[in-house]
Amino acid sequence: MVDFAQPENAFKPGLPGAAEPACRVVPKYSDQGEREGDWLEISMGPQHPSTHGVFRMDLVLEGETVIRLKPVFGYLHRNHEKIAEQTTYLSSMPYTDRLDYFCSMTNNWAYALAVEKLAGLQVPERAEYIRIITAELTRLQNHACLMGFLMQDLGAMGTPLMYAFREREKILDLFEALSGARMMCNYMRFGGCRIDLPPGWLEQTRRLVADFPRFLDEFEALLTGNEIVMARLQGVGALSRELAINAGISGPMLRASGVNYDIRKVDQYGIYNRFEFRVPLGAHGDCYDRFMLRLLEMRESLRILEPALKDIPSGPIIDARAKLRNFKPRPGEAYGRIEAPKGELGFYLVSDGSANPYRYRVRPPSLINLTILEDLCLGQKVADVVIILGSVDIVLGEVDR
Amino acid sequence: METLPQLKTRLAAAFPKARLEIVPNGSPGNPDSLWVDAASGLKVAGFLKNDAALQLDFLSNVTGLDWLDKTVTEKVRVKREFKGQEIEVDEILEKIVPGYLEVVYHFYSTPLRHGPLVLRMRTENRTDRTHLPSLVPLYRSAEFQEREIYDLYGVIFDGHPDLRRLLMWEGFADHPMRKDYCEPDDYEYEPTPHGALLEKARRHYPREAAHG
Repeated sequence: MVDFAQPENAFKPGLPGAAEPACRVVPKYSDQGEREGDWLEISMGPQHPSTHGVFRMDLVLEGETVIRLKPVFGYLHRNHEKIAEQTTYLSSMPYTDRLDYFCSMTNNWAYALAVEKLAGLQVPERAEYIRIITAELTRLQNHACLMGFLMQDLGAMGTPLMYAFREREKILDLFEALSGARMMCNYMRFGGCRIDLPPGWLEQTRRLVADFPRFLDEFEALLTGNEIVMARLQGVGALSRELAINAGISGPMLRASGVNYDIRKVDQYGIYNRFEFRVPLGAHGDCYDRFMLRLLEMRESLRILEPALKDIPSGPIIDARAKLRNFKPRPGEAYGRIEAPKGELGFYLVSDGSANPYRYRVRPPSLINLTILEDLCLGQKVADVVIILGSVDIVLGEVDR
Repeated sequence: METLPQLKTRLAAAFPKARLEIVPNGSPGNPDSLWVDAASGLKVAGFLKNDAALQLDFLSNVTGLDWLDKTVTEKVRVKREFKGQEIEVDEILEKIVPGYLEVVYHFYSTPLRHGPLVLRMRTENRTDRTHLPSLVPLYRSAEFQEREIYDLYGVIFDGHPDLRRLLMWEGFADHPMRKDYCEPDDYEYEPTPHGALLEKARRHYPREAAHG
């Protein structure tokens, strides 16, 4: 084992941004003090194509095997929580889009849910349907892109990612028609949604949902049985059930380890109890399970979308009691959480009766899912670190906040 | 899940030394929380995790909170001498209630699917006695979240295996999420080679520089 207490072995992460060499050779000694070889310290990131943003991992390698991995955060830190505490409740809503910038609709929903709990607001029927439709569309595009990115990390340059982006474009077009923005939607409001659906939107969405299985079949036929994909993903980065629960892993990663815990089923927020859908579970918890689980979840999302698009009623889209101006919930606290595509996204709000939240906390699924990154990567090859990180599904806007 | 008063009596029976208190939540429909003293926090969390009726094995969220010193006014009746006579008067006393840092935990149960149970711990003050027990030996999910609270609030978690700053850089002195944190004015000032070049240019062309 490495004795990092020895000064010559000392592992210094260094200041972020400081001019440090990207790698360093550290001599390795046996117990008898004989020189046995070298370890290689590598600073992987923050500018590395496979880290999905500005994220750094400090690796120590023996040959190609990882013997130590420390994630380094903070390159995208802007203290989102402090900024939110200095403005009104509503002015944080557009800023939640920037947390997980792939899934702005679900971020909006989680924040709106927490404020609705805090202020005791009811959401009208039509708005609940719109929320479910937009959230499941978000899940579709997030999972499709994640699979594309994972293939990119494996070396399938471009093609699967572009197939996924082709579908994502269609969904973003829908979001643009709905909210005026493709990624930074800022669509939900406390007690409902901002604007009603534009004419023809539902018809366009129905067409997309009807076409989507074709893309999934194509993707599945291309990738899941592929020899290289199976060789690289199966048995790599296995996460046990106990560790997954203990480390607070949530979302597809938790279910890939075989834990039946989907907040849509457990909390039944919104109107998810009205829809029939299954919760896919993994058997091994390895990268392949995490990959396959996303594919299966997309099919279940389509099962939610079809009846939701059929049954959506007409009516108001925002609670009449919801005040946009001079919104001051009574003192208290509330924790609202939803099943975001990345995992459990929660907002914990403490109100002191003023117009600004006294405390505004985001429970970031991406950050907490990285807790076990070192456990998954130890003993693996350095090329597999890229895949394991890719299968965790992180967005740095949310990790660093 | 059993109600919070029931749980409190069970916990009080199991840990006679622990100081437990139910903190009411002013927001209707949201759960109250349980305040436990720092010394028995780890034991109580272990109970919550292993008890068969609770099985709260999923620590979802760990939040830091900062409560500043509060000035409380109090009306006191005191005896005073006035023109040779002793009379009773009302006097308003100002008392400073020391602030504290608070950490809030949200627990859920994956097998029984209930929750959240909200647990709180408080430090003694905001300055020098900001120690709390770390829950990382029981819940790995606290690892990064406690590091974040240490970073942004300055709570020191005893027993944490790797207590370093998470988001701010090493060498940063303050805790930016505290309510009395003041951002420095010259935050982004940095001497750059560009400035040095300008200085060199100024020395090179003294007359032009003198005429401004």
